Amino acid sequence: MSKILPLTGDHAASESMRQINPDVVAAYPITPATEIVMSFSQIVANGLADTEMVPVESEHSAMSACVGASASGVRTMTATSSQGLALMWEVLYIAAGMRLPIIMHCVNRALSAPINIHGDHSDGMGARDTGWIQIYCENAQEVYEMGIFAVRVAEHKDIMLPVMVNQDGFITSHAIEGVKMFEDADVKKFVGEYVPNMPLLDVKNPVTFGPIDLQDYYFEHKFQQAQAMRDSKKRIVELFAEFNKFSGKKYELVEQYKMEDAEIAILALSSTCGTTRVVVNELREKGIKAGMIKIRVFRPFPMDEVAAACKNLKALAVLDRADTCSGEGGAVFGDVCTAIYNLNEKKVPAINYVYGLGGRDIDEAQIKNIFNELVDIAKTGQVKTVLNYSGVRI
Amino acid sequence: MATLKELSQIPEKLTGGHRLCAGCGATIAVRQILMGTKKPVVVGSATGCLEVSTTIYPYSAWKTPFIHNAFENVASTMSGVETAYNAMKKKGKIKEEIKFVAFGGDGGTYDIGLQALSGMLERRHNVLYVCYNNEAYMNTGIQRSGATPFGADTTTAPKGKVKTGKEQIRKDLTSIVAAHHVPYAAQSTIFYWKDMVAKAEKAFEANGPTFINVLAPCFRGWRYPAEKTLEISKLAVETGFWPMIEVENGVWRFTYKPSTRKPIAEFLKAQKRFEHLFEDKNKHMIDKIQQQTDEHWAYLERLTSVTCAGEKPQA
Repeated sequence: MSKILPLTGDHAASESMRQINPDVVAAYPITPATEIVMSFSQIVANGLADTEMVPVESEHSAMSACVGASASGVRTMTATSSQGLALMWEVLYIAAGMRLPIIMHCVNRALSAPINIHGDHSDGMGARDTGWIQIYCENAQEVYEMGIFAVRVAEHKDIMLPVMVNQDGFITSHAIEGVKMFEDADVKKFVGEYVPNMPLLDVKNPVTFGPIDLQDYYFEHKFQQAQAMRDSKKRIVELFAEFNKFSGKKYELVEQYKMEDAEIAILALSSTCGTTRVVVNELREKGIKAGMIKIRVFRPFPMDEVAAACKNLKALAVLDRADTCSGEGGAVFGDVCTAIYNLNEKKVPAINYVYGLGGRDIDEAQIKNIFNELVDIAKTGQVKTVLNYSGVRI
Repeated sequence: MATLKELSQIPEKLTGGHRLCAGCGATIAVRQILMGTKKPVVVGSATGCLEVSTTIYPYSAWKTPFIHNAFENVASTMSGVETAYNAMKKKGKIKEEIKFVAFGGDGGTYDIGLQALSGMLERRHNVLYVCYNNEAYMNTGIQRSGATPFGADTTTAPKGKVKTGKEQIRKDLTSIVAAHHVPYAAQSTIFYWKDMVAKAEKAFEANGPTFINVLAPCFRGWRYPAEKTLEISKLAVETGFWPMIEVENGVWRFTYKPSTRKPIAEFLKAQKRFEHLFEDKNKHMIDKIQQQTDEHWAYLERLTSVTCAGEKPQA
């Protein structure tokens, strides 16, 4: 019988790392991801994992060392947040472009300025085009499970892309939940041994990593990288099937909650989905056909699955915990609209809510207000304003 | 220390056919450094001339494993590589001894890569870091760096009607590295092949991070005829512009000292980057450079004398 441990999101991440036992972890402290680095360092100090740590002097060096280690042919992990992810930026693209299966726990936190240490998605959303696979977790249980799952995704021979496992800063990272653990031996078996293809340290078969790639080849390599991301969706679905068998879960790219007959729905990511689920239940009791769509895997973007989930809706609200500052709201909204526009005959009226920046609470009342607006839109077919803000003093 | 004949028989790790300039000091530096070990070696390179000219896809001039990541992070990249090696060695997945060397230009080392270098040294990674120092950002077209000497004309600190080139003295990176108390740090330059290979051998065999600052003249940036690269390298040492020092376990010593130092003007006049200093109105700057050179030399003399700890100070 597997144990249930009281773990924060950060400790759920480090427990998954203990069970994975990566060869190298290069990391740097930053709130609210510090606890991952601290607790994993303690795990290593206690001999519970035989990982080699690189306690680097910056996040830029953390990701750079991860690139070096991963190219060398070993299983490599790291963790960061916010400014740390921003400092890694340059090397995030390089990790993906070099097709290195690095796993990163990203504890989502607001970006400066103004400086703020609390949870929002501006770091992860900013990195959405870096070529990393992105998984967004609702709670500590998912952080634990997706941390393990990510290894198989990243190292799949047809994928070979780095994976970012996201959780909400403080809301998930610092709240204790009961996390149902797998047995160490089962995790070891599930993730298996990493067998690198053409590692740098094979001195008898020297390989040049990171060459200069000019007009006559760069485009093909970037096409192959983009193709790997496109194709990864199918592989991730297959891996979910395997993971679900292993874990007894029903994970998919996109989770649909009470969507079978839903007329109105909120689409969200991460911890906000928990609050939304509660409100959906309340509305259902009142006979309102409300539902929720949760995007679990945001990169690759599950275009078909999102479009299919929205197909029969009369009104949709997309929640974004980051503002692109494009003047047009959030990134998730843009992608969801692209899916609906491209794939659905009937274009559901859709609105965008930017919420919760800098850790501002999103509560049931706010979610209810959004659903109330959706009820009106469903009735009239009229959208008053596409871009809206929830919970801000204007 | 191998003889020249023996060195000539070591298989080339950086093969011909790369696109570095004829007369490039960096190429010579790399070949001499790589002669310093017979063990398998993994090479890392910062973005720069060396990297862009030796790895134009689908070709590579490297007969040894090679990795390039970005401009400022070769030290961190090699930290990761060396750590991966330790992990694999611990697990018995690698048996043989492998050496690690990082190459960065002065821009990638003195300036943008300084933090990563300091981190690599402090964490005691077993990596030899070699700065092929041509005293400016040559790959992007001769911009000033922290290694550019006082008075040199570069494209971002150019001479002009009211300016006389770089207004600041160069950074003493070798001392900065030595302050990390690494087992071995040195300066050398390519004319002195024996000194270069001997220092590389010492650095490769030391236990811990090591550093060699190699003056690698660039005829495009320093503006002298391409065939004069080695002569310029020699002049830099003979005039005291580039002291041949090493710091071994805290002991500073000269590995070569000219019996009498030639005037610094001889080094300066051989290169058009200093041409403007010979105009009447700027001649005082040559005196200033001579004074800076003498002062630095005296500083090194003091260092060698106070750190020699029972060793005989070198002649």
